[in-house]
Amino acid sequence: MNKAEILIIDDEPQIRKLLRITLESNQYKVVQAASGKEGLVAAANHPPELILLDIGLPDKDGHQVLAELREWYHKPIIILSVKDSEQDIISALDNGATDYITKPFRSGELLARIRSAIRLGQNMHLQEPLITAGDLQVDLIARVVKRNAEIVKLTSTEYNLLALFVKNAGRVLTHQYILKEIWGVGYQSETQYLRVFVAQLRKKIEDNPNNPRHIITESGVGYRFS
Amino acid sequence: MYEKNLAYRLKTRKPDTSTQYLISLMLIVLVTITCYFLANLIGYREVALVLLLVVSILAMLFDIFPVLTAAVLSALIWNYFFIPPTHTFHVGTPEDVLLFLMYFVIALINIVLTSKIRNFERKARDKEGREKTITLYNTLINSLSHELRTPISTIVGAVDTIRENDTKLSEEDKAELINEIEIAGFRLNRQVENLLNMSRLEAGVLQPKLDWCDVNELMHTVIRNYRDSATDYKIYFEQNENLPLFKIDRGLIEQALNNILHNALHYTPKGSSIELRVFQSDSGCVFSISDNGKGISESDAAFIFDKFYRGARFSTGGSGLGLSIAKGFTEAHNGTIRLKNKKAGGAEFIIELPAKSMFVTDDELKDEQG
Repeated sequence: MNKAEILIIDDEPQIRKLLRITLESNQYKVVQAASGKEGLVAAANHPPELILLDIGLPDKDGHQVLAELREWYHKPIIILSVKDSEQDIISALDNGATDYITKPFRSGELLARIRSAIRLGQNMHLQEPLITAGDLQVDLIARVVKRNAEIVKLTSTEYNLLALFVKNAGRVLTHQYILKEIWGVGYQSETQYLRVFVAQLRKKIEDNPNNPRHIITESGVGYRFS
Repeated sequence: MYEKNLAYRLKTRKPDTSTQYLISLMLIVLVTITCYFLANLIGYREVALVLLLVVSILAMLFDIFPVLTAAVLSALIWNYFFIPPTHTFHVGTPEDVLLFLMYFVIALINIVLTSKIRNFERKARDKEGREKTITLYNTLINSLSHELRTPISTIVGAVDTIRENDTKLSEEDKAELINEIEIAGFRLNRQVENLLNMSRLEAGVLQPKLDWCDVNELMHTVIRNYRDSATDYKIYFEQNENLPLFKIDRGLIEQALNNILHNALHYTPKGSSIELRVFQSDSGCVFSISDNGKGISESDAAFIFDKFYRGARFSTGGSGLGLSIAKGFTEAHNGTIRLKNKKAGGAEFIIELPAKSMFVTDDELKDEQG
């Protein structure tokens, strides 16, 4: 029974209603705001556990609302967006959004994103040293990766990349973010390295590298580990 | 079809007015000189007939004013050079005065009648052109409204049935109706996406965002997109291990390949095989999607990439936008898309993209065994 409170900031009454019914039937408490202004006030009055923010708000640009929220609000913010706006999505993620989902979305997918965002938010400060994801086990202290209890030999860059993924499991990481974290400032546009390492890593950790279940490509945006 | 008609009209359009004057004058002068030397053989009255003939021919080809000018000029020339006494405008006999006036009247009637007939023809042609445009527009609106209204009807109808007959419906029926609503929703979404993409292309605002792409992975993604709808088909893709990375807009090319694969699934019978291939060319990379269906008739092949065009054999389904979007996205990369009927049967769509490529060497990766 979770009673986590979720704030929905979306100008479309139909979408708000759909989200409210979906979330309430899954034991979340829902607060709604129909504009960016209302949303900022609601969040300040009673900080929720998670915020669902429509990036295409009419009154205040969704990006502006995100920036103002992030000045003091450190819990997960999931962006609702339309497809074909990768640039919007990337800039929201680079400016502190936890995750995004495109309309039209399936409610199952939305609930999964919400759960992993909340879990990620809670674990941010107490990172488990041993992470399990399906058949994979990553020991962040010993820097050892096991698949079905067998040790997987990784190069140091491959390991660093995988460690970054598992620490952010369920969350989409933009190309620029990954490149900066692994290769450092100045490498943000060198996506060719990322392509090669993701392909190598998939060969080592996926059952079927062509149909990966761990490292998922988010076209035009980045990668998501699950 | 309308465009063809337009092209035809452009080709047969009359020369501009000054050229018409020039040609008329030259023709009259030429005929006059010829007749001048022949005037001894043919009488001067017959010269009038020859000149009348020239004016009549001009009336069939040119506008009314150049022809009128030619008529007046030829009458004066005839009078001056041919009616005795020659080299004066004086007309000797009453017979010749009558002839001269008749010449004028006949030329005028000729000109006016021809011009009337031509006007009438032009109006008929314009009307035909307009009717063709209207027919095309109606076909297009019909196919679009069909594509949009069918899923909407499904949604509204299914919801109504569930609400009205809640107690009478079996759980199975209810689940099936809900499933139909879902399919309709995604179909609607697909059509809206197509229309948005089309308007992006039409507006000319499409700028490919080029980035390094692992094309093998791209192909697997395209196949995965259709995993659920392709269960009755055999899809083959052999990964090409010796490919470099290519600098392309992954999103646009994924959409183009999606649309071609969607078409292949839609227009070939269940159980068909579809093969995807990707390889390197001199200037970039080549994608190919082929099937073992019936192939595409020559009359369809000529128009298959045209907006709103749908194959003659197929009466329903499809907005006729998918392949024209694939073409638009390919061309936004300065690439080409073409269709080929395979000798063994079936159709093959080939996208060729000029693109930068690179192999990342181990050396460059500066990586060490951990």
